[in-house]
Amino acid sequence: MRHTISILVENHFGVLSRISGLFSGRGFNIDSLSVAETIDAGISRMTIVTRGNDQVIEQITKQLNKLVDVIKVVDHTEGEFVSRELALIKVNAEEKNRDEILRITDIFRGKVVDVSPQTYTIEVTGTQDKIEGFINMIRPLGIKEIARTGRVAMSRGMKSLKN
Amino acid sequence: MKMSGSKILIESLRKEGVDTIFGYPGGALIPIYDVLYGEESIRHILVRHEQGAVHAADGYARSTGKAGVCLVTSGPGATNTVTGIATAYMDSIPMIIITGQVNTNMIGNDAFQEADIVGITRPCTKYSYLVKRTEDIAQTVKEAFYIATTGKPGPVLIDIPKDVTTGTAKFSYPESVSIRSYNPTYKGHVGQVKKAVDAMAKATKPLIFIGGGIIASDAAGQLKKFTDQVNIPVVSSLMGLGGFPGDNELFLGMCGMHGTYHANMAMTHTDLLIAIGVRFDDRVTGNISKFAPNAKIIHIDIDPTSISKNVPADIPIVGDASDIIKNMNEVLKKVDCNWKGMYKKWLEEIGDWKRSNPLHYKQGKTTIKPQYVIEQIYEMTKGKSVIVATEVGQNQMWTAQFFPFLEPRTFLTSGGLGTMGYGLPAAIGAQVAFPNKLVFDIAGDGSIQMNIQELATAVQHKLPVKVIILNNGYLGMVRQWQEFFFDKRYSHTDMQAQPDFVKLAEAYGALGLRATKVSEVNDVLKKAIEATIPVVVDVRVDREENVYPMVPAGGAINEMLLA
Repeated sequence: MRHTISILVENHFGVLSRISGLFSGRGFNIDSLSVAETIDAGISRMTIVTRGNDQVIEQITKQLNKLVDVIKVVDHTEGEFVSRELALIKVNAEEKNRDEILRITDIFRGKVVDVSPQTYTIEVTGTQDKIEGFINMIRPLGIKEIARTGRVAMSRGMKSLKN
Repeated sequence: MKMSGSKILIESLRKEGVDTIFGYPGGALIPIYDVLYGEESIRHILVRHEQGAVHAADGYARSTGKAGVCLVTSGPGATNTVTGIATAYMDSIPMIIITGQVNTNMIGNDAFQEADIVGITRPCTKYSYLVKRTEDIAQTVKEAFYIATTGKPGPVLIDIPKDVTTGTAKFSYPESVSIRSYNPTYKGHVGQVKKAVDAMAKATKPLIFIGGGIIASDAAGQLKKFTDQVNIPVVSSLMGLGGFPGDNELFLGMCGMHGTYHANMAMTHTDLLIAIGVRFDDRVTGNISKFAPNAKIIHIDIDPTSISKNVPADIPIVGDASDIIKNMNEVLKKVDCNWKGMYKKWLEEIGDWKRSNPLHYKQGKTTIKPQYVIEQIYEMTKGKSVIVATEVGQNQMWTAQFFPFLEPRTFLTSGGLGTMGYGLPAAIGAQVAFPNKLVFDIAGDGSIQMNIQELATAVQHKLPVKVIILNNGYLGMVRQWQEFFFDKRYSHTDMQAQPDFVKLAEAYGALGLRATKVSEVNDVLKKAIEATIPVVVDVRVDREENVYPMVPAGGAINEMLLA
């Protein structure tokens, strides 16, 4: 089963390689990983999407907790959470397709963030399903380039992830 | 007052109570070695290869319980330590590895003798540091010792660029340290402890299974109090040997691949396994689906990742073994139970197993059996303070089986990684810490050649370690597998092309002795024990003696080859 795990880590040199090394060294999967500073510049937040049975996920969270630089680990899959991804997609925008692209973009609440005589660059955010839905719709029109982020996630309600 | 980085480093080590460094100089370390020149409060043991330095620091750490310290230069000096660091990491040994590094402005430029040692060792260190500023050295050393010696201990590496050691800063050593992301759990959960004792009251066939954690947490005393109260038999992993007196009647010996028959049978039939400071290594469990099939499992360990990793625990207790056993001892007293007598039938059942298939070998009139040599070492040193290191392979297993370790920190062996070449430098480290103890390295002719250069270290520093080579001219353990499972196709395990170990010892300035017949064994061992300089004893043993019992890889541990 897929799990979305948020990790607060010390914003130290080499932390990312400690985390990714843990996953590769122990044969755990990483489907996606995103990382950035939090409001406290000394702490980074990572969101990792991974897969495994209960025993594997238990090991992943325990092993992450064991790393000296890891402050907190939360497996969102245990509760309700929101998650978002973002994609930038450069599409062939010839005269005959321009309206169609804008319509699809509008349906998915995307935004055109750059325009050239032959291309649109579109930004979409949402769940993974939504982004994939958008890509599937736009693909026949000719995608030139695509850049996607990993997932970021946060639990619903009052709870917050603090050090 | 400002000090050089090198001076700050050495002062910081002194503040941590470091009395010994195992090291080897090199370009990036010259400023640090300059501070060590004439330094009297820290003894520097000059090794002959950096691998020797790490294993010696490891032997020092295992025998004393203090963090071992080694100091090596950048590049090849650092990479030569990798095997030793991985050895310590697998066995949770506290150690500080200080590596020189090229100047900060050269890092990443493929400079002379540059290696990304922090990157290379990341998977086999508990933590590592690259110190970028002279003013960070003291704090780093403080944190490094704290991390290495607390929680589940392990090696911590400090990489220091040369310009950081020549730069200057104000020295003030931190009084205390706290790391917000690192807070090991020591206190066991009270409710879980009660559950464990309740389970003991209901059990009819309980078994205690100890590992290296008993030794790391100095829990041997509490464990003895525990068994004195409850009369539950004890089996041990390789790493736990010495954690419970090997001559105690409740002790069933080592379990697992080369465990005793009765230990493995007890493991298979127990209905309550009290596992303390173990990680259920595959060499212990054999076929995991058939391991302890009837047992409820209490698992006490300081490392949450050890729990339910290989074997699911019914009653996990995370914390310090010594502290938790102490709690159990208190809770026990309040339970109305005839602890002393209630497992009598179980003990009788185990006694039957023990009598039916004891450890055995047949010593004839001429050819020396390796097991005999080990038993003789034990007999001839009874009542003396002895530390035994081993290499890896048959020599290690026979030592584990035939030398009853009575106290913790007297048996030094590479359990997890299984590092050949570990024994001699580890023995050197222990001898440095305990100049008055008899320190042995029980070796094979293969392993000893992996770090034989350290004989020079022992001679130079007047460390009278006793190397007993059980010489069968084979890489014996691999040969044994080839005999059993590969139709005796002894592919590249015959190593009769070997140096004359007696002459070699003499060439190094050590004492060389040899025994080729049974009648000579006692005489050479006596000379070795009495020697005041390092000794190498070349004991020509039965070439094709095997280690029994043996659980074939993948088998259940009650399915043993017994002879």
